[in-house]
Amino acid sequence: MTDTPTSSHGTGPFIAAIDQGTTSSRCIIFDRDGRIVAVDQKEHEQIFPKPGWVEHDAAEIWTNVQEVVAGAITKAGQDIAGFTPSDVKAIGITNQRETTMLWDKNTGEPVHNALVWQDTRTDALCRELGRNVGQDRFRRQTGLPLASYFAGPKVRWLLDNVDGLRERAERGEILFGTMDSWVIWNLTGGVDGGKHVTDVTNASRTLLMDLKTLQWDAKICDSIGVPMSVLPEIRSSSEVYGTTDIGGLDAVPVASALGDQQAALFGQTCFAVGEAKSTYGTGTFMLMNTGETPVNSYAGLITTVGYRIGDAKPVYALEGSIAVTGALVQWMRDQMGLISTAAEIETLASSVEDNGGAYFVPAFSGLFAPYWRSDARGVIAGLTRYVTKAHIARAVLEATAWQTREIADAMFKDSSTEVTTLKVDGGMTSNNLLMQTLSDFLDVPVVRPMVAETTCLGAAYAAGLAIGFWPDTEALRANWKRAAEWTPQMDAGERDKEYKQWLKAVQATMGWLDDEQD
Amino acid sequence: MPGSIQSLERAAAVLRLLAGGERRLGLSDVASSLGLAKGTTHGILRTLQQEGFVEQEPVSGKYQLGAELLRLGNSYLDVHELRARALVWTDDLARSSGEAAYLGVLHQHGVLIVHHVFRPDDGRQVLEVGAMQPLHSTALGKVLSAFDPVARNEVAEGELAALTSRTVTGADDFESVLDLTRARGWGSDLEETWDGVASVAAPVYDRRRMPVGAVGLTGAVERVCDADGIQARLVAAVRDCARAVSRDLGAGRF
Repeated sequence: MTDTPTSSHGTGPFIAAIDQGTTSSRCIIFDRDGRIVAVDQKEHEQIFPKPGWVEHDAAEIWTNVQEVVAGAITKAGQDIAGFTPSDVKAIGITNQRETTMLWDKNTGEPVHNALVWQDTRTDALCRELGRNVGQDRFRRQTGLPLASYFAGPKVRWLLDNVDGLRERAERGEILFGTMDSWVIWNLTGGVDGGKHVTDVTNASRTLLMDLKTLQWDAKICDSIGVPMSVLPEIRSSSEVYGTTDIGGLDAVPVASALGDQQAALFGQTCFAVGEAKSTYGTGTFMLMNTGETPVNSYAGLITTVGYRIGDAKPVYALEGSIAVTGALVQWMRDQMGLISTAAEIETLASSVEDNGGAYFVPAFSGLFAPYWRSDARGVIAGLTRYVTKAHIARAVLEATAWQTREIADAMFKDSSTEVTTLKVDGGMTSNNLLMQTLSDFLDVPVVRPMVAETTCLGAAYAAGLAIGFWPDTEALRANWKRAAEWTPQMDAGERDKEYKQWLKAVQATMGWLDDEQD
Repeated sequence: MPGSIQSLERAAAVLRLLAGGERRLGLSDVASSLGLAKGTTHGILRTLQQEGFVEQEPVSGKYQLGAELLRLGNSYLDVHELRARALVWTDDLARSSGEAAYLGVLHQHGVLIVHHVFRPDDGRQVLEVGAMQPLHSTALGKVLSAFDPVARNEVAEGELAALTSRTVTGADDFESVLDLTRARGWGSDLEETWDGVASVAAPVYDRRRMPVGAVGLTGAVERVCDADGIQARLVAAVRDCARAVSRDLGAGRF
């Protein structure tokens, strides 16, 4: 891990954020300007019992969370003169979404490893639950397709497959939670009065919550086979759930919870309708604020809760995900050996003026939003003898930009709201050529904020709002600083011509797998 | 032409002997093959080992070529890698200083801007990545010229054009500017490139302590300077940033 800048800070007070992520748990302490004061991080084990199965040990995760909170507080104590743990005024939580666990409320012991969002063991169950309707059976109420990511079917799987668990659940001994619930329950006392809650953003990823009422839907719970006695109380994303004493803290309010992508939306201060952020990592998640009413998607997106601040009305978002973005650059490095570091993709791509006629559609495990075609496989189209590895490198970067454009177009179709500026974060934002290409292909300005850690920052912001550390969202907007901006420089005719070619290449990926072939 | 240096000739012969495939040789093999005394041979091998050109297998004690030889032919640092490593540190530099931050490398006869972080205010700014700046008048350029001999040659071969009334244009004067830059460990530009604009920069080193670039900030002279020149807190912020990026590139603490 890289060190994080800690120089020349003022004094407290501060807000801490816990990011319980897929590969690690982190704690970051922020000052009032939203600058990072201290960081600690610890990875946890990825458990693969069978192909397609991915689990985490929730007890290990809770141990790590305690360690990183204590670690960040210790580091702040070393770097900031006069720092004491009482300078931390609240703690917020953001987490890997959908990862599901059940625990015994009397012992605090997990009854099974957590089933991670990537885990596909509920594929068949989801098909079965779709009955004659298919994967959109619960979409109108929940905003989601029936897919193995989401938590509800994972709960059902655990109840069906862990001996005696359903009986224990029906006796009221078992609690369900996504990782936010597990962390909050433990932070606020665990078996000794821990609060069993979740926030609206995490609850919106379970397939069990009605998007309009923001309550568990009894009929859907019954259809999926989840007893309502295991479910946490659904609360807002920004309010005091309880207090914690871990890591040297003393009765510090636990004051926010947001799924990781929603936290990034919040950290990027996308508080107005039409504001959108896109996070470029291994894959990419783009969310657009659609305001106070949920927008149904007919274009292959997901409807989700963006955030809810205390008693205010909830704010909804449309979400589009791209499976392969940074992963394609890694593939060029690890499988093709055409570059030796991820950053070199830009060097190679910059050595030519254009893609030389080549288009790369990385449908490695099918096409995601907005197509949802599992029969598609990757294609490099338009090859001639003229094409070099540099053109392919360029096509690799263009693939990320075109896929973002397709999601932006789908968002416009569903919401009639145009993305006017794209706020970006994540590792790939250091790629200047990619950022320029994004701006060119979307024909909007692309802006990068100064704090790269938008996920933790979002959780800290929500926690700070809950206790009045920041007065309102306008104060948070003032903290948002532009580090760089790329503006469109592409000729409109050229853009349209290239987009057409890309769409043709996408068509070429479809139907590669025969029916029933996996 | 002066006579060749015997110990270097012998070291070259040792490297040639070890070259090719998976060759591992013991001390006596090397000594007898080259017709040298064991003591002499051991001295050569030990020196090469210290430099990383030769490695000794711990179990058998045999010698083979070292990883440093491979790195020699493959040594340049990708500028996009440099930008990726510098990203968080330059963000923080801009944020803490309130000025625009830049990362530059030597390219042809000037400084190529490979990374630019906006000044954290609402003012309209344009991304300057890809722009070229002069070596002889900017803080980035002076730092590169002071610490990288290739950059210094580029300046020496070019003309020290007067860009403002304050640009240093005399060759001797410029040499003393470089001396000062080396002595202080940072360089400055007080309205020597653009009227009303001052900048300060410090060198970035890679893991072999080679200067690979310079990082700095640029802003209006009224904000950046006080009566004594560049404000001390800004010099400190730039040097902290340069050290942090260097550390991320694997350069030891300094």
